[in-house]
Amino acid sequence: MLNYTIRRLLLAIPTLLFIALVIFLLLELAPGDPMANVPLTVPPEVKEKMRIALGLDQPTHIRFLKWLQQFFWVEPLHMIDALFGTQWGEGMQRIISWQSRSPVMDIIWQRMPQTLWVVGLSYVLGALIAVPVGVISAYRQYSFIDQLGTFISMIGFSVPTFFTGVLMIVIFSVWLGWFPSIYDTTLVVHDWETFVKQLKQMIMPVSVLALYNAAQISRFMRASMLDNLNQDYVRTARAKGLKEKTVVLVHVLRNSMIPVVTVIALGVPQVFGGAIITEQVFKVNGLGQLLITAIQANDLPMVQTLTFIFAILIVLFNLIADILYGVLDPRIRYD
Amino acid sequence: MFDASAPRKKIVEVRDLKMHFPIFAGVFRKRVGEVKAVDGVSFDIFEGETLGLVGESGCGKSTCGRAILRLYDITEGSVVIDGQEIGHIPQKKLRPLRPKMQMVFQDPQASLDPRMTVAAIIGEPLVEHTNLGRAARLERIYELMDAVGLNRNFANRYPHEFSGGQRQRIGIARALALNPKFIVCDEPIAALDVSIQAQVVNLLEELQKQLGLTYLFISHDLSMVRHIADRVAVMYLGKVVELASREDLYERPRHPYTEALLSAVPDPDPASAEKIERIILKGDVPSPSNPPQGCNFCTRCPRVMPICQHEEPEFREVTPGRFVACHLYNTDLQQEAPARTEAAS
Repeated sequence: MLNYTIRRLLLAIPTLLFIALVIFLLLELAPGDPMANVPLTVPPEVKEKMRIALGLDQPTHIRFLKWLQQFFWVEPLHMIDALFGTQWGEGMQRIISWQSRSPVMDIIWQRMPQTLWVVGLSYVLGALIAVPVGVISAYRQYSFIDQLGTFISMIGFSVPTFFTGVLMIVIFSVWLGWFPSIYDTTLVVHDWETFVKQLKQMIMPVSVLALYNAAQISRFMRASMLDNLNQDYVRTARAKGLKEKTVVLVHVLRNSMIPVVTVIALGVPQVFGGAIITEQVFKVNGLGQLLITAIQANDLPMVQTLTFIFAILIVLFNLIADILYGVLDPRIRYD
Repeated sequence: MFDASAPRKKIVEVRDLKMHFPIFAGVFRKRVGEVKAVDGVSFDIFEGETLGLVGESGCGKSTCGRAILRLYDITEGSVVIDGQEIGHIPQKKLRPLRPKMQMVFQDPQASLDPRMTVAAIIGEPLVEHTNLGRAARLERIYELMDAVGLNRNFANRYPHEFSGGQRQRIGIARALALNPKFIVCDEPIAALDVSIQAQVVNLLEELQKQLGLTYLFISHDLSMVRHIADRVAVMYLGKVVELASREDLYERPRHPYTEALLSAVPDPDPASAEKIERIILKGDVPSPSNPPQGCNFCTRCPRVMPICQHEEPEFREVTPGRFVACHLYNTDLQQEAPARTEAAS
């Protein structure tokens, strides 16, 4: 297993370098000018100087290699400096956002908590709802509860979050006035009152995303349970005289969780990617919203870095899903 | 064998067992009919004997075996195992009775939980039904593994790491864990190759001798049933058509279907094989959701009579210990039959 993991990690390096190159070239080829937002009153010579200041005068391959060096060498050094108070990264050029002229990684670290709280919580919640719903739906196939569960998951699947999000705002913020429609990032939780306020502003975005996630996972769970419920070993378990609870929760559920766990693991990078649309609807200034605004402003270093981080997470969680498969299913061995 | 009528202890009594599976169709999934997988089966199994249950694919053998152990909720009929009626009691009350009756399944790979080790598979019934401590349980697991000829070192391996024959031994060890009296062997050798079949059958026979087990041995392998069974029941389309001691059945089959079935057994001696007249039945087995009127076999029977088309033959004892469901052996009918046909015309 360890050898397998190391081999996969080594294989990931060329993959990621290739992904980085593709992202870089794509952004390079995309139309758009980082100076487009600069007022027209600024003379062209000054604009040209600003361009040079951003390093845009250098050829593409130089800029790509510089970005690689900054991402893989300078930024980790700065992170170590920040953690342990050392001064290794001092004076080295970090990846700078063209919008705010501050280091890209600093902004990402600022945005991360909002995304993790809202999107991450909704993912955990979605999985926690989906598993029991899937189990009950499969165990009582075609019953009323199953029909209801399947119907709700179909809605969650097919109705986009920009619709459910706005619908919730209309119902709960405009008509009922229960929850705020805008997520306030500046709110600091220090007592009960602010905690309640934080809870209130999280309810709507979290539930919109949780519905969406639960819909997907519960479908997988149900299908996987149905597959296993008809297996011969389940009959064996019943013939042993086990309690129905043991049969379903120990034998069937444990075997059904194998594909579901990997599906859940593969979905985690999406959490970090943020829910671009939902974050926009509720004005949560998380990573998804950061990416959108960076694209709009032609902030190439920001877009490049964010997309590349997502790529790393996807490659990493693919590996984790594969390893989990090996851990959960004794029939699969990576040797 | 010959004094089958002498009072011996009956360990299983099956009376008029019916297992119908509903068919749903249409938009509203209305019940439109049922598959009569087992349709009125009656027999007894005596303590310590092996009853063979034979028949072609799809005749309801396996369903019958599962229904007797109440792995299905049966449609009708009564099943008495070791003096206790279990035909219609709820599954909850059935659970404590499970140790008495166990089953060895057909597919040794699929019937074992792939995520459990051998020790966990064999030990799980012990956890559920006994109060053995961890050490005592492990001791019992080793004992069982010895009994079925599995190396003790394999206790922590998973089912997929074994060969087919070894897996079936795990299945047998699991079935034996709680000292059952009655075991249904549902084609335990069908998925194994011939050399392993003999090993597993010999193992079953040895265990029967040692532990005084009673078997219902379901198989489509007529030669194997002849080897292991004391009495044999022949099933056709959800019904037992003939039940007799092994010698009687194989030497002098009575029911036309049994005759046809036995004529299909290959003879190892080419000289005598040529002499055997093979009875080839015409047509297919009728659908169990729509069985023919009268005798189930009337559509293919080479000796069909007019009465077979409309009257169902009774499953009656023609000579002591020998039951046949066929109008040919209905002595009352042979006298009454002409009178009846007259009346009909």
